[in-house]
Amino acid sequence: MTAVGHAAHGVHEAPAKRLGINRLGLWFFILSESILFVGLLMVRFSLLGTYIHEELSQLIGLMITVILLASSFTAYQAERSMARGDLGATKRNLLITLGLGTVFIAGVAFEWHEALEAFPPSTVFGSVFFTMTGVHVFHVLTGLVMLAIVHRRVRRHETTSTDSWPVEASVKYWHFVDVAWVFFYPALYLIS
Amino acid sequence: MSILKGIVGGILGYLLGAALVTSIRAATGAEPWDFEVATMGAYLPTVVGWLLGVGVWEYWARPWFGREAKPYTTVGWRRYFNFDTDHKVIGIQYLVSFLFLFFLAGLFAMVMRWELMNPGRDILTPSSYNGFMSLHGTMMVFVAVAAIVGAFGNYIVPIMIGADDMAFPKLNALSYWLVPVVVAFLTASFLVGGYDTGWTGYAPLSVTTRTGALFFNLAFLTLGLSSIVGAINFLTTVHKMRAPGMTWSRLPIFVWSIYVTSWLSLIFTQFIALAMLMVVFARTLGMAFFEAAAGGDPLLYQNVFWFYSHPAVYIMILPAFGVTLEILSHFSRKPLFAYKWAVGGMIGIAAMSAFVWAHHMFTSGMPDVLLKPFLASTELISIPTGLIMLSALGTIWQGRLRLHVPMLFALGVVFNFLFGGITGVFLADAPLDIQLHDTYFVVAHFHYVILGGGIFGLFAAVYYWFPKMTGRMMNETLGKVHFWWMIIGFNFTFMPMFWIGMNGMNRRISDYVPNLGGTNRMISLAGFFLGMSFVIFLWNYIYSWWRGADAPSNPWGATTLEWMTSSPPPLENFDVIPEVVGGPYTYGDKSAKHAILEPRL
Repeated sequence: MTAVGHAAHGVHEAPAKRLGINRLGLWFFILSESILFVGLLMVRFSLLGTYIHEELSQLIGLMITVILLASSFTAYQAERSMARGDLGATKRNLLITLGLGTVFIAGVAFEWHEALEAFPPSTVFGSVFFTMTGVHVFHVLTGLVMLAIVHRRVRRHETTSTDSWPVEASVKYWHFVDVAWVFFYPALYLIS
Repeated sequence: MSILKGIVGGILGYLLGAALVTSIRAATGAEPWDFEVATMGAYLPTVVGWLLGVGVWEYWARPWFGREAKPYTTVGWRRYFNFDTDHKVIGIQYLVSFLFLFFLAGLFAMVMRWELMNPGRDILTPSSYNGFMSLHGTMMVFVAVAAIVGAFGNYIVPIMIGADDMAFPKLNALSYWLVPVVVAFLTASFLVGGYDTGWTGYAPLSVTTRTGALFFNLAFLTLGLSSIVGAINFLTTVHKMRAPGMTWSRLPIFVWSIYVTSWLSLIFTQFIALAMLMVVFARTLGMAFFEAAAGGDPLLYQNVFWFYSHPAVYIMILPAFGVTLEILSHFSRKPLFAYKWAVGGMIGIAAMSAFVWAHHMFTSGMPDVLLKPFLASTELISIPTGLIMLSALGTIWQGRLRLHVPMLFALGVVFNFLFGGITGVFLADAPLDIQLHDTYFVVAHFHYVILGGGIFGLFAAVYYWFPKMTGRMMNETLGKVHFWWMIIGFNFTFMPMFWIGMNGMNRRISDYVPNLGGTNRMISLAGFFLGMSFVIFLWNYIYSWWRGADAPSNPWGATTLEWMTSSPPPLENFDVIPEVVGGPYTYGDKSAKHAILEPRL
């Protein structure tokens, strides 16, 4: 039971097997997280039915949705270029994704600023609105942190196309955050 | 040392978060300092600071930033106080931590029984009684949710499936090192005056009551995080790490129980996170989820809470069933009876557990039209549960029983759970439940299930796998004394609670009508008797670990993989990768073999 053997742990594992394990684990994680979003949707419909506060800004909602969807596209491009071994395009696309994600958060922040006047958290619609967008923005933030770390790694050639799992994982997570918003956007803004 | 760094990290995180929140409040013109709001804002930095300090940074995160990860150089007993990724170290960390929590919560129960010995007020105020009651319940629920899964799921499952470790060893360490955070928050809640909501933390009381409730919410949230991380790890491990030939129908039943439990944790724990989040936001940001006057709905909390917490009952009991069936087979010297039906029973329970939650709310004012469907679904779930009981009985039937201590505890689970399960059918029956709700009948019922089933299962597992985990044998005689002492004390404590509940003794209350005094005194004395049985256990446990006789690799003559390696197993468990060639319980057939462990050329 030596410490050295311990440190070598997992080294003799085939990389393909490790990749399969990582992928499955990520899917379990995404499945679990999506239940949190399902729960929030249930809270929304059970408390408010399909009610939407009339002062909710449809324009900002649409804009941030388009921005987030676009960021999913650039994230996909980053993963594709990584698979091709084109590190330059990977970095570029990751950077655009980071930028779009930041704009999304800025948009939500602006919207919160308006919403604090129109429907503060002490109202039921405000509670639902701030919790749903808050939980989602928290996921966006964590995704951005992951993407930023991965971007730095690619820039410093610590992640290369032979071990592109960090890119794949962060991009998959980013897609998940996007898909979650695809359900939240109509539930918060459109159904009424 | 790493714990010290973790504490420093946690404190720094708290200060950082609290400072941030306070400056935001100052900037917006609100009263700058608010303890609860600051704590809410500091929750995440605190947890992250602790985790980074305790080892995530040094052993894990450094490579993300292009640095070398620190090598694992800690050896010997210090490993147990370090961020260690060996599943066997983590299993023992879980076991010792949760046994500690179990005994602490047990002491709280002793305090409660002291107060309840006589009608009137003895040693506690009603408010401090509720504080002890809440902490007892919360801690015991945490023990029941995480002890078997954390300790034996981690230690035994990888060995049983012939793996060298869990699928994500670092994630595994992370899920353990969240547990001290849970304990810290519970301690903090105690220090700021406790909380009086019970472990269920119903809104709106949990929103308006003392600050302790906030720490309870954060503790539960953290435990949930730990459960989810653990569940991801177990599921991936069972899917991907099985040895060659270990097909799904050759998995030992204990592995199945952990696997099914992990699905429950993976899916449903998110609802407790949601329930806790909503209460935290209601407390700190004034959100109106549960405020009827503002258009909110107090029942919403109960729905979301039980949407986790009923499946959580199966998270508590399924691993105990797994342990029990495992032990019954080995100590009856018979293959597990109706193996596939038992697995089906577990999956059936898991699948149906999503459709029964509202039977906790029959008296909460939910629409009457929902009573019958939930009555029916709840009673239906006794069918898959019955399959597991029948598998247990069929395994014992005509077996050559070896009544060692683990077997006694496993038989104890079958005996106790019979009462717990059948009284559950009474409570599922809406008209009867309306009478019995919030009485000691309910208290007796769930103690028969959770203590009589879950905790007896935990002790069965401790006695069964102790030789494997420590390399030493526990004292058999002391173990038998512990068993009989515990099961007698247990039944004398909780059986009368059915009666006293039917006679109008309410739960969660420090006083009662005088004519119930005699029975209450008898229950208290039996409770102290039960409490003392654990002194025997603790002595046996500690002394055997220190000085017990050396354990052979297979002291029980059992057939599963963990007994085919040394006690305790070497690093990475097996010298050669085992090849599984048959079912796990190869009794009664001399030519049958579960696995071959030979160096392959």
